[in-house]
Amino acid sequence: MEKTYNNRAWLLVIPVFVIVAFSAIIPLMTVVNYSVQDIFGPGQRFFVGAEWYKETLRDPRLHGAFLRQIAFSLTILAIEVPLGIAIALALPTRGWGVSASLVLLALPLLIPWNVVGTIWQIFARADIGLGGRLLAELGVDYNYARDPIDAWITVVVMDVWHWTPLVVLLCYSGLRAIPPAFYQAAQVDGASSWAVFRYIQLPKLTGVLTIAVLLRFMDSFLIYTEPFVLTGGGPGNATTFLSQFLATAAVGRFDLGPAAAFSIIYFLFILLFSWLFYTAIMRIQTGER
Amino acid sequence: MRLRSLALIFYFILLMLPIYWLLLMSLQTTDQILGGFKFFPEQPTLANFARILTDYSWYSGYLNSLSYVALNTIISLSVALPAAYAFSRYRFIGDKHMFFWLLSNRMAPPAVFLLPFFNLYSTIGLFDTPIAVALAHCLFNVPLAVWILEGFMSSVPREIDEMAYIDGYSFPHFFVRIFMPLIRSGIGVTAFFCFMFSWVELLLARTLTSVNAKPIVVTMTRTVSAAGMDWGLLAAAGVLTIVPGAIVIWFVRNYIAKGFALGRV
Repeated sequence: MEKTYNNRAWLLVIPVFVIVAFSAIIPLMTVVNYSVQDIFGPGQRFFVGAEWYKETLRDPRLHGAFLRQIAFSLTILAIEVPLGIAIALALPTRGWGVSASLVLLALPLLIPWNVVGTIWQIFARADIGLGGRLLAELGVDYNYARDPIDAWITVVVMDVWHWTPLVVLLCYSGLRAIPPAFYQAAQVDGASSWAVFRYIQLPKLTGVLTIAVLLRFMDSFLIYTEPFVLTGGGPGNATTFLSQFLATAAVGRFDLGPAAAFSIIYFLFILLFSWLFYTAIMRIQTGER
Repeated sequence: MRLRSLALIFYFILLMLPIYWLLLMSLQTTDQILGGFKFFPEQPTLANFARILTDYSWYSGYLNSLSYVALNTIISLSVALPAAYAFSRYRFIGDKHMFFWLLSNRMAPPAVFLLPFFNLYSTIGLFDTPIAVALAHCLFNVPLAVWILEGFMSSVPREIDEMAYIDGYSFPHFFVRIFMPLIRSGIGVTAFFCFMFSWVELLLARTLTSVNAKPIVVTMTRTVSAAGMDWGLLAAAGVLTIVPGAIVIWFVRNYIAKGFALGRV
């Protein structure tokens, strides 16, 4: 169906534009403003050009946070996507089990992010938490507050627990969209269950999987609250990701200039991924359906 | 087949275990929690819940959270409805760019906006009010609402619009009386998602409030940093934050995937 061309439609979009511009463009311009000045106090500011950008890009702490961020995002994608597909395939397709599973799956997604942190903070403690206690009983020396590797594993497990249900839900609704005739045809041809997955289900899942992968990748790039509550970015810097790094610089140390310069770099990076995401979605919409 | 169900049950147990543990902690006093390790509460007590629901500094957090979440949902829906209609029915100059710009705001790191938001809302005198948080959350909720609503609206055949115009309905009349009832499930799901993303957010809510509008998620983090952890109380507060979502989820269970996929499943 072809949409009609009508520029008066802008009148309907203006309220959205105004309200989002108020929360996005004005603040962003403020950040740009900070990023090129050295601010000592009211009325005492000097133009420093690209100085903060150079300093920020050379900051080894930022490099560390960036590498940790990439490693974290790739790790959780490598776990959540295959796991999500497997669980979606195993879910019941009819009966009371459908509603029950959907509700249970969605539950972790609706818990406030800091409560997710709190849940795991309690769960992973060796003295009062089931998870930590179980590991201790098994003779594993585990302490997420002291050992960087343990902290890292805990944050990854927490994210897998929190967000795999999203991948499952998306894949599940993708699977439900496959017409039964496809399976009947496969049965007539005597296809193995692997062939059914490889040649019927997986191709049909490409669309939702693209959305799931990009959403998870981008949201994991913005992760702040859960590690903040669980580990506070520590021990040392082991679980300090980009948002945490930025929030510490901006609100903790009040380094306006460098924090603003870093914000701009961070924002441009995310913008690049948003564009990839948008192009991918538009291709799915126009191409496959 | 047998193996598959077993694996699924195992996954669901793992999924629920941390939540069960939180619930278990919330039903015990801190002495009981630290006193011994157990899988079921021996003497379950509602004292933690009673304390939260009677202590103003605790329950005011819930009221503050609910007030900015409600405000945000209303603002987001009322501006997103007409815009989503425009995107789903018309082509106009810059429509694609506008749509992408909106999406980029959904994906923007809230941490980038911390400092400017703080300055902006202090300057215009809204700092530490629910309105400030509600407006700040519009940054990601309005784009989300437009996306989800656009998905739902595009599945309504355009002939309905044309028929209504032929019958002599004015646009506002048609939109409110005919179109909105047609997509009411979409509106419900969108409201749910706005509610949810505003409810779970901590970073902006924490930065834009200090005393009067302090949301519950912030009340909780400040208890965490205080000397001497009251685990039972913390767990009870956590359980209470899960309740609203858990209730609403039942009503939108069949649309959750669509909402998370920005209306694109």
